[in-house]
Amino acid sequence: MKFTEEHEWLRPEGDIVVVGITEHATEQLGDLVFVELPEVGSTVAKDDEIVVIESVKAASDICAPIDGEIVEINETLVDNPALANEDPLGDGWFFKIRPADASQMDGYMDEAAYKAMIE
Amino acid sequence: MDERQGVKVSDLSRTPLYDLHVELGAKMVPFAGYEMPVQYKLGVMKEHLHTRDKAGLFDVSHMGQVIVTGTDYAAAAAALETLIPVNIAGLGENRQRYGLFTTPEGGISDDLMLTNRGDHVFLVVNAACKEADIAHLKTLEPAVTVTPITDRALIALQGPASEEVLAALDPKAADMAFMDVATLTLDGAECWVSRSGYTGEDGYEISVPEAAAEALARKLLAHDAVEPIGLGARDSLRLEAGLCLYGHDIDTETTPAEAALSWAIQTVRRIGGAREGGFPGDETILAQLETGAGKTRVGLRPEGRAPMREGVPLFAAEEGGDPIGQITSGGFGPSVEGPVAMGYLPTELTAEGTTVFGELRGRRVPVTVTALPFVPARFKRKPAKVQQA
Repeated sequence: MKFTEEHEWLRPEGDIVVVGITEHATEQLGDLVFVELPEVGSTVAKDDEIVVIESVKAASDICAPIDGEIVEINETLVDNPALANEDPLGDGWFFKIRPADASQMDGYMDEAAYKAMIE
Repeated sequence: MDERQGVKVSDLSRTPLYDLHVELGAKMVPFAGYEMPVQYKLGVMKEHLHTRDKAGLFDVSHMGQVIVTGTDYAAAAAALETLIPVNIAGLGENRQRYGLFTTPEGGISDDLMLTNRGDHVFLVVNAACKEADIAHLKTLEPAVTVTPITDRALIALQGPASEEVLAALDPKAADMAFMDVATLTLDGAECWVSRSGYTGEDGYEISVPEAAAEALARKLLAHDAVEPIGLGARDSLRLEAGLCLYGHDIDTETTPAEAALSWAIQTVRRIGGAREGGFPGDETILAQLETGAGKTRVGLRPEGRAPMREGVPLFAAEEGGDPIGQITSGGFGPSVEGPVAMGYLPTELTAEGTTVFGELRGRRVPVTVTALPFVPARFKRKPAKVQQA
């Protein structure tokens, strides 16, 4: 599992990658009340703003951490954004992406490095 | 109330409950010159729902408490009526009323609560405005004496379980009706208590000597029904209740009629009333009560789940045209389970059910004009007097 400085996590599952936001991010944001996810089948580039989230406090954008094609989105999260607060690393995932170049993930942090960053 | 951005923590004041907030795991933020709890461990959503379901305890000690004394209540009331377009002279003893400070241009320089406490008037004003309000009040001296109360905390207990919780400390709490005021002995401390609040729920606001505030707060929190509630949920609760936030929904640029606060100006202060006018901006304000205002504050329900926040422009049509108004406060309503907002629209577009459009991330989303409050108020009102035949 890899982590970005923007508090996203990336978990490879076979040839796709599941993406969500970390518990630290959800604690900072507060309760999520709205999530807008990209369209399945869309091609996205690293750093494109592809997700909009709104918490009780403010709106934030989530960027694509890598280039690729969106192959699945978490429809349940759209109906119940609180899932991201309750289970950020599990049921609160955002989207699954098929990487155009999996080596783009190499530069991201492992869990120990991420934990060190947020401390 | 308005947040001051970029202030150093060292410049901020702390309320008598600061240590308790930290102990309870609050996230502290700068607000109106104070370090205040924005949320506790439950988080904004659960704190909001808990308040509507049971009871929440709020620290509102940052608000200004002021006593105005004259030769008697009538003298203090008469002086205050020159600044506030409200029937203060006719307010019953131990009763509370909502009021406004108006500007010579007809705008609103703050909103406040006024209480007849027998021989004086007790005022609660917004934190961000209190210095200006006190200076404004002091223009009434020497006819009256204006005394800021700086040695008392202010806490609010809000929600349907509030009566049971407070009556356990002083049974007289149960005898109070909405907007009644009493001096109660709570945990040994002399408290000035009103049955009112800022959530749309039944509840109390309690002015307590600062030395006794933490012990009283702990006593209230020890009750199973009570959780500490931060400013985040305070904002979503008041928004669902349709109550104005000064500096956002109302300010010096909005008049009482525009703000849909005409109800706050009683007949006796209006044109033809026994004490007509005699307050700043009276000509503009009273004329507007008769003829109506060009724009009006309304409740708004955006379609879908995305919150529309302060500053979102409103349009008459899905495409083209200039903005016709804007949202002045908005967010997600946990009890409504959807986005709720308030804003100003041209009065001809303020009929309930009218659809306008709010621009969110470049898209125009339908917004429906909705009656306020978004959730029914649950005050314990005095039973109406039965008419004698």
